[in-house]
Amino acid sequence: MIDDIAKCPARGGITIFKGLAAAAFLCALPAPAFAMHISEGILPLSWALLWYAAALPFVIWGLRDLRRRSEEAPWFKPLVGLVGAAVFLISCMPIPVPSAGTCSHPCGTGIAAILIGPGLTTVVASIALTLQALFLAHGGITTLGANIVSMGVAGAWVGWGVFTAARRLGLPWIAAAFLAGMLSDWATYATTSLELAAALHGDGPFTTMFSLILLAFVPTQLPLGILEGFLCAGVLKFIRSRRPELLRTVPAGGAA
Amino acid sequence: MKKTALILLFAGVLLSGPINTSGRTASWSGVDEAVIEKFAEKAGRPAWKPFINTDQGDLLLFVFLLAGAAGGFAAGYWFRVLFPPRRKNEDGRILNHDV
Repeated sequence: MIDDIAKCPARGGITIFKGLAAAAFLCALPAPAFAMHISEGILPLSWALLWYAAALPFVIWGLRDLRRRSEEAPWFKPLVGLVGAAVFLISCMPIPVPSAGTCSHPCGTGIAAILIGPGLTTVVASIALTLQALFLAHGGITTLGANIVSMGVAGAWVGWGVFTAARRLGLPWIAAAFLAGMLSDWATYATTSLELAAALHGDGPFTTMFSLILLAFVPTQLPLGILEGFLCAGVLKFIRSRRPELLRTVPAGGAA
Repeated sequence: MKKTALILLFAGVLLSGPINTSGRTASWSGVDEAVIEKFAEKAGRPAWKPFINTDQGDLLLFVFLLAGAAGGFAAGYWFRVLFPPRRKNEDGRILNHDV
């Protein structure tokens, strides 16, 4: 009982309107590393290298994007700094899900992709994942490429793509942001399932393994994805009310 | 009022979990343990210990505290740069941001 409590202490409330400050506070509470990242050594070497190779072009493209976009607006670098810190904090913040009896965390890549673009989101997610793998026993160095692809690439591009498509289809910005946050979270876990199934299915069928892993994530990630949708919409609402000019680079008409 | 209600609702959902399920089957393990490592072990690929193993006793709590403090400081610093406190001029109009 005491061990259970110690392993996953109850969390204080988080407000979607003051999400960043609350995330910092919550993450500062004592918390063991409970997360979704693929742990060290789980993937065979060939798969680990393949996912590194898949992640690398996105990271390079993101770094080039930083230089280009920083020249366009003086506030862009501070925004990248804020978003990077937020992604780091959000992705190491375990949240207990009562319906499942387990803990997991949101990713923050959906809102990050809307604000700074998918390329730079890959970069900030890579930095966050590297720090977590090195010092927080969270993820792993051998599985870093796979974790970058699931959280930094799939999560970012799905979030950005869904927001852009929803805005072009005429959805209100708040609904588009909610969908982007929710689906980017689910896409991250779907990609993790794919990575695991591809590497571990052995002689059995890939699709069966993939479905089993994906279904095992559902009780935890279904509510957390919805939470991430609210977080994404709340952050965008806050920025829109305080500094709408920061949303000039947001795709497809932004939050106008 | 609406914000406070939302905060209380969310905090209630979070806090009700550990309270309601204590003594039952909920382990509050992370999905890495409950899902990823379970499937990996079945496939004969158990997780290794981290290269820098901070998962020893309270050391992990310490590094998480450091990470939270550093991340929180960075987030707060950039937040204040981008969203400085609102200042008003003599007419009561809100002044523009510097950055």
